[in-house]
Amino acid sequence: MELEQIIQLVEGEVLTGGFDMSRQVKGGCGADLMSDVLAYIGPGALLLTGLCSAQVVRTAQMADVAAIVFVRGKRPSLDTIALANQERIPLITSAHGMFELCGRLHQAGLRSLETPA
Amino acid sequence: MTQTGVNEGPIRADRVITDGAAGLITRVEELAYELKIGEVMTSPARTVTPDMRMSDVLALFRDAKVSGAPVMANGELVGIVSIADLIRALQENNTAAAVSEYMTMQVTTLEASSPVIEALKIFAATKVGRLPVVDQAGRLVGIITKGDITRGVLRALEYDYQEEEVRKYRARHLFEDIVSDRTSLTLRYKIKQGDFAHGGNASSHIKRALVRLGASPQIARRCGIAIYEAEMNLIIHTTHGGTIRVEIEPHQIVMETIDDGPGIEDIDLAMTPGYSTAPDSVRELGFGAGMGLKNIQRCVDDMYLDSTVGRGTRLEMRIFLKPDEQLGDPNPSAERAGRNGGASQ
Repeated sequence: MELEQIIQLVEGEVLTGGFDMSRQVKGGCGADLMSDVLAYIGPGALLLTGLCSAQVVRTAQMADVAAIVFVRGKRPSLDTIALANQERIPLITSAHGMFELCGRLHQAGLRSLETPA
Repeated sequence: MTQTGVNEGPIRADRVITDGAAGLITRVEELAYELKIGEVMTSPARTVTPDMRMSDVLALFRDAKVSGAPVMANGELVGIVSIADLIRALQENNTAAAVSEYMTMQVTTLEASSPVIEALKIFAATKVGRLPVVDQAGRLVGIITKGDITRGVLRALEYDYQEEEVRKYRARHLFEDIVSDRTSLTLRYKIKQGDFAHGGNASSHIKRALVRLGASPQIARRCGIAIYEAEMNLIIHTTHGGTIRVEIEPHQIVMETIDDGPGIEDIDLAMTPGYSTAPDSVRELGFGAGMGLKNIQRCVDDMYLDSTVGRGTRLEMRIFLKPDEQLGDPNPSAERAGRNGGASQ
């Protein structure tokens, strides 16, 4: 699924710039525990999270996350946004909650990229 | 002068930078500050003189495919003539008139040494489509349009990309260029206890180095995840922080973290998924769920953990690279493999 379609589906606000809106996202993963993300996410996934520390961006970089959606209107600090710009990881914020967003994306055909334990 | 008969549409000054938005600066916006007008302008500019006829201007605009030109008299900039002025002359059936009758005399100029953002500000705030560029002495050196800026920014972005490719190319040849019986590259990083703000910086550098050295995305990702968990452990759990040491060889990557305390009391317990000694402040950052060591073990081929309470901990992680994953320039090694294969038959 293209990033642009995801942004529409989550009614998201884009916080970073300079990336390709047609970037392909292979699937999704929802988690607040970064160790869970590091352990169970597949490469090229969209990460939905309620956590908004700089560690989310670092985690995303290590795990080859395609883009990050912050749920329930959360906004990371400007430092974190600057880090994401530097590492070219798109950040999106959406007013909707985790369950709602996972549901919308899954229903629209975005598969799960979470490995079961 | 006010009624030109040309509707250029409403001015869109939709990029008002507030303090809040100032942090959301993209690479393109950065380039608007980094690039100088002199680097992106068209130089030299096509110029006209005040006594030329508007029909000459028409021919120039058509042939040179430009939409405006500075007007020069005795080496001095005296005005600017644009396609809008030309249309006015055409409407009035007066193309025989001199340029001086139709040109705009009050011209805003830009200095070649100013950043591109200065031009963008003027383009956003006025209907002007092009601006003459002058040197410090005020002499005309070129002309700049929005198209010049777009081209300049695209060129710079392309350059950024090429620079990364060159770095990769150089790094990949490192193991080929240096001859020894066994070559390795060692990276060392000092990690401070409690330094969450920089947590992951070292891992980020390590992952990037591996990619530049020719590691596959899978290998870079496995190393990145393992060393990131280990780096966070140094930040979260140590007394004084510690050291990361990565030894890279074409056939293996050995990553190591060393600290001087407090040490792990029960290693088996520490390895149990879900067991954690991390405080809530760490859990709020998404860590300390008791998954770290288990996660590292999953990512690497060999993990060795040695710890003494009161002395410290040493964690060693090894990843072995298969023949098709070897670091360095892939072609010579493939060639060697081919020759060896031939010799054995």
